[in-house]
Amino acid sequence: MEIAFVIEKFVFITVIFSLSLLVAMYSTLAERKIAAFLQDRVGPNRAGPGGMFQPLADGVKMFLKEEIIPTESNKFLFIAGPSLAILTACIGSAVIPWGQDIQLFGRTIALQATDINVGILYIFGVVSLGVYGIMIGGWASNNKFSLMGAIRAASQNISYEIPMGLSIIALLLLTNSLSLKDIAEQQHGMNWNVFYQPLGFLIFLVCAFAETNRTPFDLPECETELVGGYHTEYSSMKLGFFLFAEYINMFVSSAVMATLYFGGYNYPGMDFMNNLLGPTFGPLLGMGVLFLKIFAFIFFFMWVRWTIPRFRYDQLMNLGWKVLIPLAIANIVITGVVIALVNGF
Amino acid sequence: MEALSNRKKVLEQKPMNFWERMYLPAIFKGMAITFRHMFKPKETVFYPEVEREFSENWRGMHSLKRDEEGRERCTACGLCALSCPAEAITMVAAERKKGEEALYREEKYAATYEINMLRCIFCGLCEEACPKEAIYLDGPIVPADYLRKDFIYGKDKLVEKPLTELTK
Repeated sequence: MEIAFVIEKFVFITVIFSLSLLVAMYSTLAERKIAAFLQDRVGPNRAGPGGMFQPLADGVKMFLKEEIIPTESNKFLFIAGPSLAILTACIGSAVIPWGQDIQLFGRTIALQATDINVGILYIFGVVSLGVYGIMIGGWASNNKFSLMGAIRAASQNISYEIPMGLSIIALLLLTNSLSLKDIAEQQHGMNWNVFYQPLGFLIFLVCAFAETNRTPFDLPECETELVGGYHTEYSSMKLGFFLFAEYINMFVSSAVMATLYFGGYNYPGMDFMNNLLGPTFGPLLGMGVLFLKIFAFIFFFMWVRWTIPRFRYDQLMNLGWKVLIPLAIANIVITGVVIALVNGF
Repeated sequence: MEALSNRKKVLEQKPMNFWERMYLPAIFKGMAITFRHMFKPKETVFYPEVEREFSENWRGMHSLKRDEEGRERCTACGLCALSCPAEAITMVAAERKKGEEALYREEKYAATYEINMLRCIFCGLCEEACPKEAIYLDGPIVPADYLRKDFIYGKDKLVEKPLTELTK
């Protein structure tokens, strides 16, 4: 392995890591702004021009708050919970292809941290690890509301991972590859998977809401029933980590949805633009397009949050087990039959 | 039983049809409504810079009034303190000396007059009790502060500015 390769990967990973943190940071501001606009208010506008520095102020506030660890809690696990939550949220972005190969300083650089051939399975693994942070944090708090939140998070994630996985199987029938890079390359131009798998996308979208614990599936932190849910006992930056992990998760799952179903960095007329801009700026434009799609999804997440009320717990389970799983299985069968008919057995 | 008024509305509880059970049309309808609200004019009043219009009988910070010649009207009778349900008002009375006739209207005046703004409930009973028309709750909103002791307002904050200063 040459040294330039190591440097290249190191720089790229640093950039992606800080970029996802930056996006998550400004998602907190965007959430408050969008919430305000949907409710005919203006939102935070005092810190900096138009409230630009509000996330910084929030971060400083979180760091300066008093840190409280309950006496009866399990101290090691109490600290491990939020750490795990933010760790698993951050490593999800490793397999996402951010753009086509780019020519930079006379080298061809892949805009992807690593192209493992089981990229989707990796994402699944990371997403299901994400609930451990919540479970450990909720259990270690030694508080019944936290424990209830943790239990809800665990059962909700288990329930919604099944339809999510099944909706992906239908997609894999179409793509014949588990690598996210391959899947992105196959959707060249406007050949996006969402046109072939609209039902699969809908199921995946609903499950993504449930996996990231966003409204209407935010029962683990349901304020009206459980005080604060799994983070009732948390304060200071440990609480900040929990809340921040949610926004990073949102960013990563938006990126995954954009890559799997909305063509990733592909856009109509990309060949023409690549010829026009050359091998350096063409892929960068593709990366910009991917980020536009991600921001659109993040906006969608927030738009739904401030529109739809929370599910009741039995409704959540009914939707997961009695509606989404049968739908996902039907989707697999239909996709399989259609592929068999088109390919002529 | 027969309804006496015709206002009673009997709701028909039909089972939901297929589209209603899918929820999605209702969700899209709701989301269209919230999206439309993004472009509506905002209701926010930017408080410290802009103040909402108050009603005519709005009760704000107290002010101790002066008469036409700029003399303090308060005679320290203590009726305001007596009428105050929150026990927010205290005062110390003093006798007017010779040569102070331009400062105080009556022979007795309030040497100190303190209102604890944390106790005050802005009911306006002091205003009603005052026989000399010396106290009115016609000021602005009482501003926030950091220390409890700074909420005890003395005469320096309560008494109206003298006429000479106002005309300047």
